[in-house]
Amino acid sequence: MLRWIVWRDLILAWRRRADVLSTLFFFVIVVSLFPLGIGPETQLLRTIAPGVVWVAALLASMLSLGRLFANDYQDGTLEQLLLTPQPLYLIVLGKVLAQWLVAEIPLVLIAPLIGVQFDLSRETLLVLFVTLLLGTPVLSLIGSIGAALTLGLRGSGVLISLLVLPLYIPVLIFGAGAVDASIMGSSPQSNLYLLGAITVLSLTFAPWATSAALRISLE
Amino acid sequence: MLEAINLGCVRGDRRLFEGVNFSLTPGTYLQLQGPNGSGKTSLLRIICGLLTQAEGEVRWQGANIRSLGEDYFTALTYLGHRNGVKDELSALENLRVSNALNGIEINNNKAREVLRKMGIGGRESLPARLLSEGQRRRVALARLAVCNTSVWLLDEVLTSLDRAAIGLVRSLIEEHLSGGGIAIVATHQELGLSGVSLQRLELAT
Repeated sequence: MLRWIVWRDLILAWRRRADVLSTLFFFVIVVSLFPLGIGPETQLLRTIAPGVVWVAALLASMLSLGRLFANDYQDGTLEQLLLTPQPLYLIVLGKVLAQWLVAEIPLVLIAPLIGVQFDLSRETLLVLFVTLLLGTPVLSLIGSIGAALTLGLRGSGVLISLLVLPLYIPVLIFGAGAVDASIMGSSPQSNLYLLGAITVLSLTFAPWATSAALRISLE
Repeated sequence: MLEAINLGCVRGDRRLFEGVNFSLTPGTYLQLQGPNGSGKTSLLRIICGLLTQAEGEVRWQGANIRSLGEDYFTALTYLGHRNGVKDELSALENLRVSNALNGIEINNNKAREVLRKMGIGGRESLPARLLSEGQRRRVALARLAVCNTSVWLLDEVLTSLDRAAIGLVRSLIEEHLSGGGIAIVATHQELGLSGVSLQRLELAT
């Protein structure tokens, strides 16, 4: 069943690929503006790189979250999904997985490339890639709670940001912290472990919270 | 057997209805009637478990539907105002995905055959957004021809359908009822079913 929901959402994303590309371009442009604005001060660029890339990733994920349930809500497919004999937990997990593959994975893949603008070493770029790979599932998972809670409300885009961005802070701290540690020449291991723990935790609890929020939003 | 016991519904600070009771045995058709805003849709959403009632309970085979959880949904098909048809998917994909998520996997040939019967033949591979409102409704109704559920909850399904399509719906419901199914239909139109046990429920404002 999980594969049907993932397949469905991937096909839908492919047929609306402009939405996906706009998220990716937003990320690339926001990250690229900093080196252009600051100029060739490599020491400063290296210092701000982890924070800039991670904040840009958080903001880019805001762009795609609004669409996670809203389209399905409008055409009535969401209520049909709630009435299928599958546990809602699995359906939410499938939708979040598809959203992560479509909206987050492109950012993760392109991050090492645009990280070059900040004069990062090869090891640091690798750490950046790993932290994003570990951390972006949390963005999708926690974001899905916000998307479900604000479903059908007016101005839900701003509301999602207000609800969800504060919850992203731990991911931001440990994600950027790991890259920072690598730039300083120390081991990013402890930060990566904590990031992994947050991922596992949100994988366990977020779909459950999102399911409950969806049921409330559809009343 | 599907039972409603003393159901009441409050939306906002307005009481829509109270004391709604019915008991439907296999093969029964219940027609929900009442003016706009009398709570027909709310009642259907309570029966399928999307909406929480203010009081009373709904029982399926003697058990409260809240305690049955997903098991109840295996017996249920609900078609609401909104068709539940994805604009970006073709009629064929819509039918296959919605059935697969309900646990019935059908192949392309079977889906094509059902859609041809529903009058979408030749257009089944077009994105649903290119279909007319009535055709999209036909795609949604095609689910009824595939599913093997015992309770059908249909909310104003006849809107934007032409006479041929209404005939199709009638024959689908007759077939469903003669196989021991239950259908609850909110409509302003008489379907003119023959040879079924018919109940009416009038909701007043």
